[in-house]
Amino acid sequence: MKKERKTREPLVHITKRATIPLWKAILVRVVAILIALVISAVVVVVFTHKNPVEVLRAMFNGNFGSARKVLFLLQRTAMLLCISLAVTPAFRMKFWNIGAEGQVLMGALAAAACMFYFGKTKMPNWLLLILMFAASLIFGMLWAIIPAIFKAAWNTNETLFTLMMNYVAMQIIQICVSIWAPNGSGVMGHINPTTYKGWLPDVFGQKYLINIIFVTILTGILFVYLTFSKHGYEISVVGESENTARYIGINVKKVILRTMAVSGLICGFAGFLLVAGENHTITKDLAGGMGFTAIMVSWLAKFNPLIMMGVSFLLSFLHLGGVQVAQDCRLNESIPEIITGIILFFIIGCEFFTRYKLNFRSAGKEEAK
Amino acid sequence: MKKIIALIIAIVTVFALAACTTTDKKDVTMDNVKIGVICLHDENSTYDANFINAVKAVQAKLGLKDEQVVIRTGVDESDACYKAAADMADSGCDIVFADSFGHESYMVQAAKEFPNVEFCHATGVSAKVQNIKNFHNAFASIYEGRFLAGIAAGMKLNEMISSGKITAEQAKIGYVGAHPYAEVISGYTSFFLGARYICPSATMKVVYTNSWFDIAKEKESAESLIKDGCVLISQHADSEGAPKACQAAGVPNIAYNVDTTHLGPDTAIISSKINWEPYFELIINAVVKGEAIPTDYCGDFSTGSVALTKLNDKAAAPGTAEKIAEIEGKLKSGEIKVFATDSFKVKGETLSEYKADVDGDYKGETNVIHDGFFDESNAKDFRSAPYFDIIIDGITVPES
Repeated sequence: MKKERKTREPLVHITKRATIPLWKAILVRVVAILIALVISAVVVVVFTHKNPVEVLRAMFNGNFGSARKVLFLLQRTAMLLCISLAVTPAFRMKFWNIGAEGQVLMGALAAAACMFYFGKTKMPNWLLLILMFAASLIFGMLWAIIPAIFKAAWNTNETLFTLMMNYVAMQIIQICVSIWAPNGSGVMGHINPTTYKGWLPDVFGQKYLINIIFVTILTGILFVYLTFSKHGYEISVVGESENTARYIGINVKKVILRTMAVSGLICGFAGFLLVAGENHTITKDLAGGMGFTAIMVSWLAKFNPLIMMGVSFLLSFLHLGGVQVAQDCRLNESIPEIITGIILFFIIGCEFFTRYKLNFRSAGKEEAK
Repeated sequence: MKKIIALIIAIVTVFALAACTTTDKKDVTMDNVKIGVICLHDENSTYDANFINAVKAVQAKLGLKDEQVVIRTGVDESDACYKAAADMADSGCDIVFADSFGHESYMVQAAKEFPNVEFCHATGVSAKVQNIKNFHNAFASIYEGRFLAGIAAGMKLNEMISSGKITAEQAKIGYVGAHPYAEVISGYTSFFLGARYICPSATMKVVYTNSWFDIAKEKESAESLIKDGCVLISQHADSEGAPKACQAAGVPNIAYNVDTTHLGPDTAIISSKINWEPYFELIINAVVKGEAIPTDYCGDFSTGSVALTKLNDKAAAPGTAEKIAEIEGKLKSGEIKVFATDSFKVKGETLSEYKADVDGDYKGETNVIHDGFFDESNAKDFRSAPYFDIIIDGITVPES
């Protein structure tokens, strides 16, 4: 009797792609975003019974409806980008710093404290701004370097440590606000609203433009630092393998501390911009969760500062578009978050298709021959 | 590189478009008047729901289209408020309204930038001091409404005492407050004075959540107060946390701003609320007719701004409705003053003078006690937003 051995072949099997052509990689992502946009529109239409075209138009109007809206879009992009840049050096090193929110807030708090205490003195505005700048950087750095010291010295878990530091920062801000605004309301409003002490000046008559310019410059600097400098190389090696790094004579502890200091400095800078260039106040919600969104931006951009520009732009576009949709369709503030969630789901999901290939049964047979 | 170029192009566009903006003033009629409403949270917060419902009701009453009433929710007390206000002004709003105390300085900033748009801010304190023609504050003498809600609480306490459920000494009220801020302190003190007017042995314990909206914390606070022996709960914090905790524990509850009967069908007695409809109507009509909006507006019983929600007979003590009607009449006639100085003591003393912080610089400077009462929310002489920030005897607050 002849035994016929036949393996049952599944309808689909998955193989890892070695490489993917650039056009295909881009196509996959574009298709993912388009599908996500369609689904977001469907969700909104289900809730509002409005024409989907109208919903997409609101999405677009929310970002490009007026000159001011374009400025808001760029400002939001800049701030998100700045914080994303901040977390990137640590991530390249596979140091999971999720404390950007707290580091930004501490930078912001330092700037606000300078504004509050020196705004009443005769200190010239340029000097005050420099002082705020320096204080923000130092505070941001300190908040980042504390967990790094613990990691380097005792190998503590940096993810939990940096996460907890966020909440500590928020509570410190609450305490400061209750001291600075002793009426018990828990909000300060503008600091120096009549003297404008510690407010970054408008450039070309435009608010926020100075933030946008600063962050653009910072992006270039960080790109060069990570890609072409010796420090950048060391960061990559430590990220790939600490043992390799040690073997080739890199002082791993030093690199961890130095890189977290850089992360913290940039977070502090973001805090400075949030206070001096945008809000002119301090609240525990000032970073508005951008410290966490930035992690996603950094990852989605594969830690490349130039791609991060695009990703921050996309996320800011979605947020502001969602706000407009909510306003036009009388939905609440959850809509921007739902839309962003759907789109992120698809973008992250499509990564699967850039890394793996689906082989259908017929295709598999051909390969066997 | 391409993205940098794109960015530069976008920036250039900003300038190009900015150069084209004009500030023509249109002829405002009921058909084209446009109002923008900025809310701190969305309708899940009872506080914001109260504003949203009011503006929608006025929209229906005046026959305005949806495009004429723009509502934006979830606007933080930061530059986000300025951005929302400026954007609304750009899009042709004749009035921009903001609902939270922390929005104030951002509204002022926008008011200075857009002199042709009216900026109205609820609960704010600075319109009289700022002296900006198009910036206005508004509030209501809600302490009178709170006093009436307190009457309902007192009736309930008396019912519990006479039925033997508690002794007179156990008539302890629990209060979940948001921030230790004059608006909250004035609210719970007037509520407490109302309750004590009916039930003289009543005392009250206050806890703060340090947030205007925190469902979990408000729920926990209410539960801890109940555990601590409080037999009736009220709150000035904006979520469903406390009313639901009361329903679960079977403890009577008195709310603020919206009817909470659906959250506590057996326990929600009544809510006092500021009815914002008269104010929304007033500012829209003023803009259409080209009249001035009051710099500082304080609504009261006569304008319909101070209101109570429907009494829930299932939870309230018998005779509550009649008692409330009686006291309301006495408040209107001036026979009863909520903050009559002989009705409360501070550290055992009766107050004859109190310097309140009326101009919002954190320093008390204006005596607001005269003719035997604390003159709260007097928009004419002082300001509409509350300034009663005294802890009176009978109320315990957390140590600070």
